[in-house]
Amino acid sequence: MATLEIRDLRVTVEADNATKEILKGVDLTVKQGETHAIMGPNGSGKSTLAYSLAGHPKYTITGGTVTLDGEDVLEMSVDERARAGLFLAMQYPVEVPGVSVSNFLRTSATAIRGEAPKLRTWVKEVKEAMERLNMDPSFAERNVNEGFSGGEKKRHEILQLELLKPKVAILDETDSGLDVDALRIVSEGVNRVRETGEVGTLLITHYTRILRYIKPDHVHVFAGGRIVESGGAELADKLENEGYEAYTKGGASE
Amino acid sequence: MAEAQNIPVGSTTAGSIAVAAESTVATRMSAPPSFDVQDFPVPHGREEEWRFTPLERLRGLHDGTAVATGEGVKVEVEAPEGVTVETVGRDDARIGKAGTPVDRVAAQAYSAFEKAGVVTVPKETVLTEPIRIAVHGEGGTAFGHQVIELGAFAEAVVVIDHTGDAVLAANVDYILGDGAKLTVVSVQDWDDKAVHVAQHNALVGRDASFKSVVVTFGGDVVRLHPRVSYAGTGGEAELFGLYFTDAGQHQEHRLLVDHNTPHCKSNVVYKGALQGDDAHAVWIGDVLIEARAEGTDTYEMNRNLVLTDGARVDSVPNLEIETGEIVGAGHASATGRFDDEQLFYLMARGIPADEARRLVVRGFFAELVQQIGVEDIEARLLEKIEAELEATV
Repeated sequence: MATLEIRDLRVTVEADNATKEILKGVDLTVKQGETHAIMGPNGSGKSTLAYSLAGHPKYTITGGTVTLDGEDVLEMSVDERARAGLFLAMQYPVEVPGVSVSNFLRTSATAIRGEAPKLRTWVKEVKEAMERLNMDPSFAERNVNEGFSGGEKKRHEILQLELLKPKVAILDETDSGLDVDALRIVSEGVNRVRETGEVGTLLITHYTRILRYIKPDHVHVFAGGRIVESGGAELADKLENEGYEAYTKGGASE
Repeated sequence: MAEAQNIPVGSTTAGSIAVAAESTVATRMSAPPSFDVQDFPVPHGREEEWRFTPLERLRGLHDGTAVATGEGVKVEVEAPEGVTVETVGRDDARIGKAGTPVDRVAAQAYSAFEKAGVVTVPKETVLTEPIRIAVHGEGGTAFGHQVIELGAFAEAVVVIDHTGDAVLAANVDYILGDGAKLTVVSVQDWDDKAVHVAQHNALVGRDASFKSVVVTFGGDVVRLHPRVSYAGTGGEAELFGLYFTDAGQHQEHRLLVDHNTPHCKSNVVYKGALQGDDAHAVWIGDVLIEARAEGTDTYEMNRNLVLTDGARVDSVPNLEIETGEIVGAGHASATGRFDDEQLFYLMARGIPADEARRLVVRGFFAELVQQIGVEDIEARLLEKIEAELEATV
C-alpha cells in the first residue's frame, strides 16, 4: 500500500532579500485510500507544503524527510515525483500557450504510464472523463489554461487527476473561487478517484465548505508552519463554528 | 540594364516605391530608394533603419569595404521541365523591375553584382514539383541578384536554400503576372559565421497570389527585407516567417507591404523563438495603405517566445493608413517567455524538462509550419527545431 511519509519537514523561501522559514517541522503520513484535510488560515504555509512536496524550485528544503513507499521524494526532480505517483492539483494553474489540452494530456499520460496510451482507447477515455466533469469537447483543442475561467481551470486539474491516477493526490485549494455547481462537479470528480481506493488524498483548504462534498478521514489544523491539531471529521465542525482564531492568537510563531 | 540604372534617383521606376517615399514609413529611411550605392550615406548605426543592426558584424557590406571574392557562393538551380533558367548580364530588362533598393547594403549588392540569375515560368504553366535554388556559401564574399518571374496564370513553388559560410548581400525579385500563384520558401540555414543581408521585392500582378515563407536559423547576422507591392487589383500576399535565434545570433526581418492598389489583401505572420545569451531578433512590420488603395484588407502579427534569459527581441509593427475606405487593417505583436512556472506545471505532470520545452516550442511553431506546404521543408524544419532545442538542454 502506497504511503507518503513527511517527517519534520522544514522549508524556507527567499523573499525581499531575506530567508524566511515557512514550514517549521511538518509531520504527516498519508496512506493509499485515506483522505486528509489540511485546514488553516491564510499564510499558515499550507500551499508551501503542497508546492514543496511537488518540488517547486522556489522553496528550499532545510530539514526533514519525505518518502513515498520508502523512496526519497526530496531527491527526485519535479517530473520524477510525478512519475513516482505524486500529483498536485494547483490553486493557480498556469497558461501554456501553443500547447493544446489534448496534446498536453497525452504527453503527460505517456510520461506517467511509461508508454503512449493506445490512441483509440485513449480518445474514449479522455472523452468520457471530460463528459463526467461537464467539459465541452472543444476544450481539448484549446491551449492549456489559456483563457480558462477559474472553474474551467479547476475542472481541468481534476480531469488530469482522473486520467493520471496518482498514488497520492495533493489538492491545493481546489475549492477556492468555485461556485456551488462547479464545486459539486469538481468534488464528484475527486470522489470518483477516491472511491477506487487507490489514491491517498491530501486536501488543502481554507474553507470547510468542500468537506460537505468530500468527507475526510482525518482533519489537521495547520498554523504557523506546522500541524497544530489533528482529529477526525468532527474537527472540521469545530473550525466551522469557531474559526481559526484559537490557533492564530497564541499559536502563531511569527 | 541601362533602363533601370539611368533612372534618376527617387523617381518612379516602380511607382509604388516612389509614392511610398513621400510617406513616413519610407521617409524614416535615411535616403530615398535607389539602385546606386552612392546615393546612400554610410550608416553609423543611429539611423532608424540601422539602429538595431550590429554594423560592426556586417563585414564591410555597409561601408564599401566588402569586396567580392572568387569563391563567394555557389548557386545551383534545379527546375522541372518548362522552366527557363538563365544567367544574365546587368542589362537584362527583368532586373530591378519588382522594386528598388531601400538601404545601402541592398544598393551595394545592386551596384556590385556581375551576373544575375533569372528563373522564368511561362504563362499558364502549372508546376507540380518545386524549383530549388541552392545557395551554398564557399567561405567568401558575394553580391547577388536573382529574379523569379511567373507569367500570367502560372503556378510555382520555389525553395531557396542558403547553407554554408559566406558574406552575402543580395536582391531577389519576384514578378507575378496576372492570376499567377507563387510560393517562395527562403531558408537561411547558414553556418555560424555567415552574414546575409538581402532585400526581397515582390510585385504582385492583378488577381495574383504571392506566398513568402522565410525560415531563418543560422548565420551570425541575417537581415532580410521582404517587400511587397501590387501591380493590379485583387492581388494577395501572405508573408510567413519563422526564426530560431540562438546565443550570439542577430536575426532581423524588416517587412513592408505597400498597399498601392485598391482591393488587395495581405497577411503577415512571423514567429520566432530565442534562446541563449545575446540572441537578438528584430522584427519590423510596416504596412502602408495608400490613399488610392480602397478595399484593402491587411493584418500583420509577430509573436516571439523567449526560452532563456539573456535573449532580446525588438518587435515594431507599423500600420499607416491613408484611406478609411478599407475592409480591414490590424496588427499585433507579443513576446512571451517560457518561464519557470510553465516548466514546473508541465514537469509536475511527469513531463521531463527537455520534453516540456519541446512541447511548448513545437506548439508555438506548429500552425506556421503547416502553412509552408512543401513536405520535405516542413520535415526539415521540425528536425531543425528539435536540433536547436537539443542544444539548450
